[in-house]
Amino acid sequence: MTQDRYNMTCEEFQAQMPELIGSGEDAGSHPHVLNCALCRALLSDLETIAEAARQLFPVEDPPDHLWDQIESAIKQEHEPSRK
Amino acid sequence: MTRASTQPAEPVSPRLRPVAAPAVEDEPEPRGPAAETHTPPPPQPGSDADVLARAQAGDHYAFAQLYSLHKRRIYSLCLRMVGNVAEAEDLTQEAFLQLHRKIATFRGDSAFSTWLHRLAINVVLMHLRKKGLSVISLDEAMEPTPEEGPGRSFGAPDLSLAGSIDRLALERAIADLPAGYRLIFVLHDIEGYEHNEIAAMLDCSIGNSKSQLHKARLKLRDAMRTVPRREGRR
Repeated sequence: MTQDRYNMTCEEFQAQMPELIGSGEDAGSHPHVLNCALCRALLSDLETIAEAARQLFPVEDPPDHLWDQIESAIKQEHEPSRK
Repeated sequence: MTRASTQPAEPVSPRLRPVAAPAVEDEPEPRGPAAETHTPPPPQPGSDADVLARAQAGDHYAFAQLYSLHKRRIYSLCLRMVGNVAEAEDLTQEAFLQLHRKIATFRGDSAFSTWLHRLAINVVLMHLRKKGLSVISLDEAMEPTPEEGPGRSFGAPDLSLAGSIDRLALERAIADLPAGYRLIFVLHDIEGYEHNEIAAMLDCSIGNSKSQLHKARLKLRDAMRTVPRREGRR
């Protein structure tokens, strides 16, 4: 794999993206990104997705009957076994 | 607190940098040397700490209060991790049953919410392993397929997401991800765990975690680009 950051193909850059992004490096300032509209758009989209994911909150309440089931299971566990 | 808390996410720049480890939301404030010799005051009646203490002592009403306080977060976590309502309900139930069994062992080394969150994640992971989602399948999922090679974006039409994403469409796209991708995406991008923590949880390498997260985001990108703009249903 070519390691020259200034002469990378898109394929080489994209192969390195998981590590580049995962390591916390500022991928946006990578020389290839600065000169490649395709990879810049890709990076921008991935940033948008990650940002949107961080803003997802817990939005779902469990159904009301779930507590009844939990309560019943707890009681069963604590009931002395009968013969 | 993890990202899925009710608090707004803090700005992160650059946005794709790994997020911080789940912060400790109820962690006791650091105390000065003088404070170390003092016994902490008893929890205020009705406070979260008081509810927790009573639940640990076997107060069923207090345990019900804990359920009410945490059910939404735990259920949402389960739902996002498995992408299936029936399974999420079963797993939420199992998580709270385990909580009931283990609550007396909570010693306050971390925030209770963090501890419970991790307990729930373990319940989900155990469930997924029983279903056959092993490290092997995670690794297999990461093998590039012909259509998923690193250069798959080449020549793709320039349909940028334009910096905006419909939340419901994203939730649905996440639910539609393959299990291995979804798991790591939820743990990292939504719940805020770092790659080393995820690797430890899933017993895979950090590189695998990074690679799988990247592929999950690529899949979501494809999914989001095909979502009609008007769409918002779940």
